[in-house]
Amino acid sequence: MFPVEFEYEAPTTVEEAIRLLAESGGEAKILAGGHSLLPMLKLRLAQPPLVIDIGRIAGLSGVSEQDGGLRIGATTTETAIQDSELVQRLCPLLSETAAHIGDQQVRNRGTIGGTLAHGDPAADMTAAVLAAGGSVTVQGPNGERTIPADDLFLDMMTTALEPDEVLTSVWVQTEGPRTGSAYEKFANAASGYAIAGVASVITLAADGTVARARIAITGVGSKATRASGVEAALQGKRADDQTIAAAAEHAVEGVDLIGDLHADESYREHLAKVIARRSIQRAVGRAATKS
Amino acid sequence: MDIVSTLRVNRTERPFTADTRTTLLDALREQLDLTGTKKGCDQGACGACTVLLDGKRVLSCLSLAAQCEGREVTTIEGLARDGKLHPVQAAFIRHDGFQCGYCTPGQIMSAVALLKEGRAGSDEEIREFMSGNLCRCGAYPNIVAAIREVARLGSESQ
Repeated sequence: MFPVEFEYEAPTTVEEAIRLLAESGGEAKILAGGHSLLPMLKLRLAQPPLVIDIGRIAGLSGVSEQDGGLRIGATTTETAIQDSELVQRLCPLLSETAAHIGDQQVRNRGTIGGTLAHGDPAADMTAAVLAAGGSVTVQGPNGERTIPADDLFLDMMTTALEPDEVLTSVWVQTEGPRTGSAYEKFANAASGYAIAGVASVITLAADGTVARARIAITGVGSKATRASGVEAALQGKRADDQTIAAAAEHAVEGVDLIGDLHADESYREHLAKVIARRSIQRAVGRAATKS
Repeated sequence: MDIVSTLRVNRTERPFTADTRTTLLDALREQLDLTGTKKGCDQGACGACTVLLDGKRVLSCLSLAAQCEGREVTTIEGLARDGKLHPVQAAFIRHDGFQCGYCTPGQIMSAVALLKEGRAGSDEEIREFMSGNLCRCGAYPNIVAAIREVARLGSESQ
């Protein structure tokens, strides 16, 4: 199907993009990689009068070190994150997660800013940025503000971005000493989307107990979310298989489970616990070998 | 609303006029008469429309033509040089890497990019990095064999 008619603009500055958004009364849609927006336009799930292509704005893509973490420009592709030496070294969770997204063609166009602003409940990068203690910077008519990832995802395809704001960059914490991470998912065989996906970042204390655990889950509810029950069950404990398995039982605590033709609620809950256990086990294993 | 734009396709400047909604895929097929690139699902799932954009493989059905202005597009029609098939094209024929042939242009473009990315280290890696290209005839074993051979010949000639 063809999209409903729209106008197309390709501004070269963020300010111009914001002005165009404001002029449309927030009705326009921002186009980055287009791998979520174009299917929505074709299905007419989105019918914006104007599409604002931010692909020609200089400085919106790329990875750099900033404030003890990594700053990743909004239009940085998933391939760039997957292959970035800086990301692989300082926040390997994001590289590993990027490699799980769609296929290579999708990763070559899809962007980190796009996936976070879209807020698909089965996206992978949402969980990774939550587990990595991340935040996003957005810019609107009244200037710039930072939204912690914990406050970003409100509901299915609904984020804390205002209609006149543009997501310009993502920031994630560097994985420090004795810290390991992993992203594990059970994917829909056809689409590759997560039926259950769990991102873990674990820091071990010198005595081998869990000093800090950040676990996030995607695909099982209406939005990606922190698995705080799992985190609490790991905190201060020795991360042996028994403790990890018991903690993983809390994987869907507080989650409004979704069921569909691919997996009903109870199967999703089962998968979430299994995937959480595997994700934590791998993260702990990596933390133990990292001085 | 129409846009007037130029695509650089297979080393040639190709001006065209099209509606803003036109995807790169439709611009290639309908405006520029390059029908080698195929439309399968038109929603980014099947890979039949794979082309190279600035040397990277992308799904032409999920890019607006307007987004590609001034960028280098390579389609299946641009692979052969001086009447000589690209090594991947020749290998697909040698190994019978297709049956009906509809997904083949996308498979070949994807394979050309995969080899450049250095993702042909093992059959498993080839399968993983060709996972964006579906073949309903199930020619996968022969597709893998064709790619494996080009990778091997390439590393021998270096």
